[in-house]
Amino acid sequence: MTTATPPTGTGPLERREARLAWGLLFPTIAIVSAVVILPLLAIFWISFKPIGLADLRPPAPVVRESLRGSDDNLRLEYRLRNSSQSEAISNVTLSDSIPGGVTVVSADDRCEFSGQAFTCDIGTMDGGARERIEVFVSIDGDEETIEAAVEGTIPSLTGSGKNILTNFEFTGENFARVFDGDEFWEVLYVTLFYTVVGTIGALVFGLFAAMLLNKEFKGQGILRGLYLFPYVAPVIAVAFAWIILFDPFSGSANALLVQMGVTNEAINFFGERPLALIMVTVFEIWRYFPLSFLFILARMQSIDTDMYEAADMDGASPFQKFWFLSLPQLLGILSVLFLLRFIWTFNKFDDIFLLTGGNAGTRTLTVNVYEQAFAISNIGAGAAVAVVIFCCLLLFSVFFFKFVSREEGL
Amino acid sequence: MSMLWRGYICGPILGALWTFTMAVVTCIVVSFATGEGLAPSLLGSLAMGAWLGFVWLPDGDRTRNERIIWSVGLAIIPAAVFLFLRPAIVGAPGTSTLTIIIAWLIFAVSTAWPIEKILRDLPFGQTTRHEYEESVIRFLTGFGYIFFTAIVAIPFYVMVMTSLKNQSELLQNPLDFTIDLSKGMDLFRSYSELFTDFNFGSYMWTSFYVSVLTVFLTLLFSVPGAYAVARLRFKGRTAFSRSILLIYMVPMIVLALPIYIAFSMAGLRNTIIGIVLIYPVTTIPVALYMLQGYFRGLPAEVEEAGLMDGLGRLAVIWKITLPLSLPALASVSLYVFMIAWNEFLLAFMLLDDPSKFTLTRGIASLNSSEIPRQHLMAGAVIATVPIMALFLGLERFMTKGLTAGSVKG
Repeated sequence: MTTATPPTGTGPLERREARLAWGLLFPTIAIVSAVVILPLLAIFWISFKPIGLADLRPPAPVVRESLRGSDDNLRLEYRLRNSSQSEAISNVTLSDSIPGGVTVVSADDRCEFSGQAFTCDIGTMDGGARERIEVFVSIDGDEETIEAAVEGTIPSLTGSGKNILTNFEFTGENFARVFDGDEFWEVLYVTLFYTVVGTIGALVFGLFAAMLLNKEFKGQGILRGLYLFPYVAPVIAVAFAWIILFDPFSGSANALLVQMGVTNEAINFFGERPLALIMVTVFEIWRYFPLSFLFILARMQSIDTDMYEAADMDGASPFQKFWFLSLPQLLGILSVLFLLRFIWTFNKFDDIFLLTGGNAGTRTLTVNVYEQAFAISNIGAGAAVAVVIFCCLLLFSVFFFKFVSREEGL
Repeated sequence: MSMLWRGYICGPILGALWTFTMAVVTCIVVSFATGEGLAPSLLGSLAMGAWLGFVWLPDGDRTRNERIIWSVGLAIIPAAVFLFLRPAIVGAPGTSTLTIIIAWLIFAVSTAWPIEKILRDLPFGQTTRHEYEESVIRFLTGFGYIFFTAIVAIPFYVMVMTSLKNQSELLQNPLDFTIDLSKGMDLFRSYSELFTDFNFGSYMWTSFYVSVLTVFLTLLFSVPGAYAVARLRFKGRTAFSRSILLIYMVPMIVLALPIYIAFSMAGLRNTIIGIVLIYPVTTIPVALYMLQGYFRGLPAEVEEAGLMDGLGRLAVIWKITLPLSLPALASVSLYVFMIAWNEFLLAFMLLDDPSKFTLTRGIASLNSSEIPRQHLMAGAVIATVPIMALFLGLERFMTKGLTAGSVKG
C-alpha cells in the first residue's frame, strides 16, 4: 500500500482557473495599459525631449495650386512652403495630373512627364523655404471649367522632416529647468502645505460631522444628503460659486464682512498671497470633508455598542468614551483615509486651476504641469514635472501598501 | 480644568460662546435674506450670553429669591455694555428698523431657548465630570449642526439666487438676494437664454449619453476583472490588485498630457468618440476596486453549489453572482455616472468645438467677462441639480457603494 501524499505543483484544475482568470482580466489589462501605461512611458520619453507645443505637428511641405496668366503666359503655378520655420524637409516631391483639354507647352526642368501625370523632384527645403513650380500650358475650351478641373486635381506631396517626438535627440534641459532656482522650492512648499493641511482638515471636519450624525433622529437622512453636496456637485459649479461669493468687487462675502465691520475695504481672497493659498486649502477641506465623513460614519456605525454599555457601567464620561473607545476603533480607517486623501490631494488639479489658475502663490506641482506645458508651451518641461509627480506618487504608495495591507488586509 | 467644573463658570462661558455664534449667524441669515447690513458685536454678545448662561442655571443650593436677585443684579453688565459700547446686533447705516426688529427676534429665540437646553442639567455649584461634559457636548452638537449646514448651504444658496438676478442688481448690492416674485417667469430668463442661445440642451444631452456610455463600458470591463481578482486563484493576484489601486492613484493631469498629444495626432481630439474612449479608462480601476470588495463579501458556497450542479464559471457569474450583486452594481453605476458627469479636465483639454461640448465644458466656456454672471451660475445650477437629485434619491445606494471600496475624489 502506498502512503497518500499531498499533491505538489499546479494541477489541471488550478491551471484552468488561472487561464480563466487571465481571460477575464485580459480586456481590462489591455485597455488600461493602452491608456495608462503607454502614456506614462510616453511621459518619461517626452520629459527628455526638447519639445514645445508647436512641435506636435512634424514639419511638412504645403502647396497651393492655381491657374494664372493668359494666352502665351498661361501657366499652372504650384507654390510650395515648408510648414516649419526651422526644420528642413528632405526628399520633397510633388506629383499631379493634368486634366483633359490642357496641353503642356513647357515646364520647370525639375519635372518629368509621363502622359497626363507628372512628378517634380524638389529636393531639400530648408526651414521656412518657399518654392515655385510653373508649368506653361495652352488650353482648349472654356477657361473657367478648365480652371476648376485643374484645381480639382489635388497635387500630392512627399517629403520627410525630422519628427522631434520619434527621433533620438535627448536633453536634460527640462529637468534642469524644473529644478532650477527658487521656483521649484516654492511650488513644493505650496504643494505640501495644500496637501497636509487639506488632508488633516478634511479628516477633522469629517470626524466632527460623523459624530454629529452618528445617532438616529428625524431628518438624519436629509442632513446626511445635504452634507454630501460639496463632494457630489460638479467641481466646476462649486468652484465658480466660490469665486463669485468671494469676488473682491461684487462678492457677497466681502459685502458681508464690510457690513459687519470686520474689514474696511474689500479683500481679494483669491488674488493675494498668502490668503489665496489658505482659501484654496479651505476649499479643498470644504469639498472633501463629506468623503471622510461618510467613511468614518460607516465605521462608527459598525462599532459594537456593548463596549459603550460596559464603559457606562464603569462610569466613563462622554469624552473618555470618545478618547479611549471610539478613537482607537477609528484609528484604522483614519489612517487609511489619511493616506488616500494625502495622495489624492497631492494629485488634485482642477480645484486650484479653476479657483486661481495657479496665480498668487497657489501653484502646486500638478498645476505646474499645465502651466509649463500649455501656458509656456513647453511640453517637455511639463512632462518633466509630471515625472517628478509620478516619482512622489510611487514613494507614497510604498507607504500606503505597507499600512493598508495591515489595516485592510489587501 | 477643575475650575471649569463649576456651573457658575461653565454656564456663562457656554452661554457667551453660543450667543456670539448666534449673533453672527443671525446677522448672516438676515443680511442674505433682506440685503440689508447688520453687524454683530463681540463684546455685546459675549456679555449678554454670559448673563443668559448665568440666568438659566438651575437653583442649585441657592434659594429661589437669591437666584432672581443675582440674575437681575447681574443684568447691569450686558445693559451697560449695550448702552456704552454696542448692542449685540446693530444695523448698518440704512438698515430699516423692521429688519433690526426681526433680527433681534430671531436672535432672542435662537439664544434663549437653546441655552436653556444646553445648561439644563448643569448644577449651579460643583459639577461632576459627566454633567460638565454633557453640556459641552450639547453645545458642540448645536454648534456643529449650524456650522456644517451654513458652510454647505451658503455656496449653494448664492449659486441659485445669483442665477435668478441680473448683473446690475448684483453689482448694486451684492448682499441682496431677495428675488422679485412679480417678475414671474422672467426670473428664469438666464436659464431660458442658456437653452436657446447657448445650446445647453445639446450639452446636457451630450453629457448624459457620454455618462451612460461610460457606465456601460465600465461595467463591461470591470465586472469580469473584479470577479477574477476576487474569486479565482492565480499567480500574481495580489500584484494585480495592488497595481489596480496604484493606477487609480495616478493623477489625471499626468496622463492628460500624453493623451492630448496622442489624440491630436490620431485626430481624436474634438470628437465624442475620443471622450467616450477615455472616460471609462479613468473609471474602470475605481469600479474594479469597489466591485471586487463586494464580490469578496458574497458567500462562495452559493457559487460552489452552482458549479457542483454543472454550471460553468461564466454561467455562475451570469446566473448567480450578478443577480446577487445588483445593489453593488447600482451603486457603482451611480458613482461612475457621477464621475463622468462631473468630469472637467479631459473635456476641457480635448474639446474645442462648441457643438460637441459636454455640460462642464459648456460651463467653462461661460466664464468670460462678456457673459453675465447669472448665466454662469445658471449653468452651474443646471449641472448640479440632476446629479444632486439622482444622488439624494438613491442616497442609500451611494453611501453603501462609496464606503464598500475606498473611493477616489
